[in-house]
This record gives sequence, structure tokens and C-alpha cells, in this order.
Amino acid sequence: MNLDELLQGLFPSGHDVRVEGAIASGTGRLPGLEVAVLGAVGGAEVGVAEALRLAAGVLRVVRDHPGRPLLFPVDTRGQRMARREEMLGLNGALAHLAECVELARQRGHRTLGLVHGEAVSGGVLPLGFMADEVHAVPGARPAVMNLRAMARVTKIPLPRLEELSRASAVLTPGLESFVATGAIASVWQAPLDAALAAALARPGGPDRRMALGAARGGRTLAQRVAARVEEEGT
Amino acid sequence: MSAPPAPRRSYREAGARRRLLAVLDPGSFRELVGPAERVQSPHLAALDLPAAFDDGVAVGRGTLQGRPVLAASQEGAFLGGAVGEVHGAKLTGLLRLAAREQPAGVVLLLDSGGVRLQEANAGLLAVSEILRALLAARAAGVPVVGLIGGGWGCFGGMGIVGRCCDGLAMSEEGRLGLSGPEVIETTCGVEELDTRDRALVWRLYGGKHRIVLGEADLLVEDDLAAFRAAAASLLTRRRVLTLERLCQAQEALEGRLADFGSCADPVDLWAAAGVVAPAELPLLEPEPFLAAVARARRPVP
Repeated sequence: MNLDELLQGLFPSGHDVRVEGAIASGTGRLPGLEVAVLGAVGGAEVGVAEALRLAAGVLRVVRDHPGRPLLFPVDTRGQRMARREEMLGLNGALAHLAECVELARQRGHRTLGLVHGEAVSGGVLPLGFMADEVHAVPGARPAVMNLRAMARVTKIPLPRLEELSRASAVLTPGLESFVATGAIASVWQAPLDAALAAALARPGGPDRRMALGAARGGRTLAQRVAARVEEEGT
Repeated sequence: MSAPPAPRRSYREAGARRRLLAVLDPGSFRELVGPAERVQSPHLAALDLPAAFDDGVAVGRGTLQGRPVLAASQEGAFLGGAVGEVHGAKLTGLLRLAAREQPAGVVLLLDSGGVRLQEANAGLLAVSEILRALLAARAAGVPVVGLIGGGWGCFGGMGIVGRCCDGLAMSEEGRLGLSGPEVIETTCGVEELDTRDRALVWRLYGGKHRIVLGEADLLVEDDLAAFRAAAASLLTRRRVLTLERLCQAQEALEGRLADFGSCADPVDLWAAAGVVAPAELPLLEPEPFLAAVARARRPVP
């Protein structure tokens, strides 16, 4: 789904979201509620400049519109891989962005990630996946990397990886796997404005992704292991 | 007359548990969900890879100069310290415990190439959960500090986790970044980054550059005792999650991009930052290095 279709579906009463250099930002209107929209879109790579623009956007909402919910549309092919980005400390810029999202949460902003295109690694970690809840629309393509690249890096032959990945939600790229592991809470169907309003009506609460992954059978150990560390430590 | 200095014991060469035992007070470490419990990855056997009884990370509690802390140490010798489902869940569980229990701090001995590709989706999600749990612990008032001095450095999603700590100590040989040199060379070609150019790799990712950038707070010798002292000193600093502090950080990072964005190499960046003889920085011992960069450093608030 492209961003225009997505925004029309989410905000039938209108929005003023603009895209400049792969960063979407603006405000959408729901009955009785304004929602801040902010995200890297159009399959963009996220480098230092993009990360800082996104962080500035989060800080602006926190400063000027206390409590306004934040929606992060996600369509990014990941972090920009380049010598210059590393020289400028891209990991630090992304960490700063993640801190800004945490600040918003601490100050009572509801945050939602919504994957409508690609959602790859460093592009989605500090913003979309930092949200209270992450959802998707049909056709979303979340991944860590494609199987061909994975075969090259892990030195596992591609046919073997393809065969293994058919049975494993932790290995296969794609929406189905990310739902099964709990990374994506649900896939929204039309009408999207109703799905958005329902999500915003729920309280933020703790990170529920491990419990979702366990319940759905796509990631069975994480919940138990984390709980065991907490229990033994108590 | 002072006693002769204790012989150096390399942090880099030590294993994950040896590092933990040396950083924490002697005899104080108690591991949680230790290797005897054989909590290991269920995903590796299908790929004909051996599993480890601790999935490559030790977590537990101890004291640091008498103060109660929670601590974790990643084992680079096992799959490069990479984060899989179980490895990540142990770290997340520890950080959740910290938010609830309010120890004097959490000490993370980071040594990781990032997400474990053999269980890619679970690894990415695990890093995301670590990030949320770490920032929740900080928001609950618990300082989290990171130490980087292992052979794998701190890369991928763990490079983001590292910078989400209140304070970071690195050795010159420790490396910190997002996309590692091999990943960039494989993805973008040898013209973008030639991994055989070791000097370039150290200039980009090494502790000295991270100190100049303001990404690391302390530069320490590759010595277990030096890392212990650094961890104790970092526990006293906080980067509070307030609008004011984050606006200052935003300004500092925008300034970095504006001032250094057109530099082609870290040496140019060091010159632009005001280092007098930038080409000599890689050769300097820590003390003269810190003196040479004292005015050029750009700490992020």
C-alpha cells in the first residue's frame, strides 16, 4: 500500500502530512483527536540526517502538543550503509531517536508503528519498533535481510536456507513471520480509521511482544527465558 | 615509594565470565539462569550449528565497589556474541528486573556483531525488546553503563543499544558502530570500504574516534582492572530522559552533522574539530591522546 492510500484510509476527515526527502510528517484528523504522523517512507534508507529529522519531529510534538498520539508509518529498507554514516556515528543518531520515542512514552504520548512497506533492521528499530504497539497493513514486507544475502553471510547454501525457512518463523522474511513471532501485533483491514481509533483507545502498557510470540507459537522461548531471569533474580 | 603497578591482564583476551568476575567485586557475581540450566537456542541444530548452554551471554547480580548491580557479559567466542532469541531474552529479563528492583546500576559488557542471522527475525525483535527494556530501566531511574573492549566490538542493533546507555567506556581496540566493515564491503563494494585497510577500520570504529565524536565517555587501557574502575566511575553519571536534555543532545548532533558532514575521513573530521596534528592521533598512548583531543571532543549531553 502506498503512503497516500494509507493516509486516506487512516484519516478520511483529512490530514496535512507532507513528504520531504523521504521523511513524512504532519497531522491527521480523527473525530475529536489529532494524531501526529512521522516516519521514513518510500523505501527510504535512514542515515544520520534522516534520524535527526525524525528525532526533531518527535521532540517538536512532545514540546508543542503534550499528549498528542504519535503514529509512525514504516517503509524503510534499513540503515544507510556507508563509511560516511559510520564516521558520523549513525548508531548514536539512531539511539538518540529511540530515546526521544521513550521520552514521548514517559510523558504520556501513545505511540503506534504501522508497517505499510518495507521494514528492515536499523530503519525500523529506533522508531517504528520502539512504539507501544506495532501493526501492519496487508502487503507489508518486514525483514532483516533477504535469504540470498543471508546465505552469503552465514555461508549456508541458499537452497538449504530456503528449505529451512519454510518451517521457521524466526528465519523467513515477511509479514507472516513477523506476526507469528509477535513483532507485529495485528494486520489492519479496512476501515483503517476504525482500526487506528481502536488501537489509540487502548492503554500503552508494557512491551507485550514476547507474550504474543509465545501465544502464536512463532517464538516460544523468549517469554519463558526472560521470566525465568526475573524470577531467579527475585 | 609506591608499589610497582599490578601487571596488566587483557580485557580483550579474557572470556565473558572472566571479564565479569574481574569487573565486579571479587566473589560477588551470582549468575541467573546459568549454563547448568542448559537454556539454549532451539534454532541452531537445524543449521548443523552447535548450541551453547548459555546462548552466548552470562547475566546475573553482584556488587561493584560495594554497590548492588545487575550485570551481563556477551561471549564473543560463541557466534560473535550475536543476539538470538534466548540470548536477547536473558538481557531483556535482566533489564526488566533492574526496572523493578532498582539496583545501583546495570553494567553491560558488550561484545557483539549484532543480530544473529541464523535466527534473524527473533534476533531483530530481541534487540528491539532490549532497547525498550533498557530505556524503561533508565526511565525508572536505574543507570545503565556499557563497556566495549572485546574482539567483536559492538555492532548492528547492539551499537544502538550501546549508545542508549548512560555512559560508555571503550578501549582503543574496542569498536563501536552500526554497519560493520565486512557488511559495508559486502553490500557496497570494496571502493566504499576496504576491510584490508585495517588503519581505516580503526579510524572509523575505534575507541579514539568515538571519544572525539562524543560517542564514548571514557577511553581505557585494555586491562581488566581499568575496565572495572571505568564501570564504577560511570555508575555515577546519568543522561536523564528529559525534554531539556534531549533537545540539547539534538542540538549537539545537528552541530556534528553540520560541522563534519562533508569530511571524507576521520582524520579530516579530527582536523575540523580542532586537533592540531590529527594524523598522529592513532599513534598516541591514551594520556597524550586525551590531552591532544581535550578541546576537540564533542560530548553529547
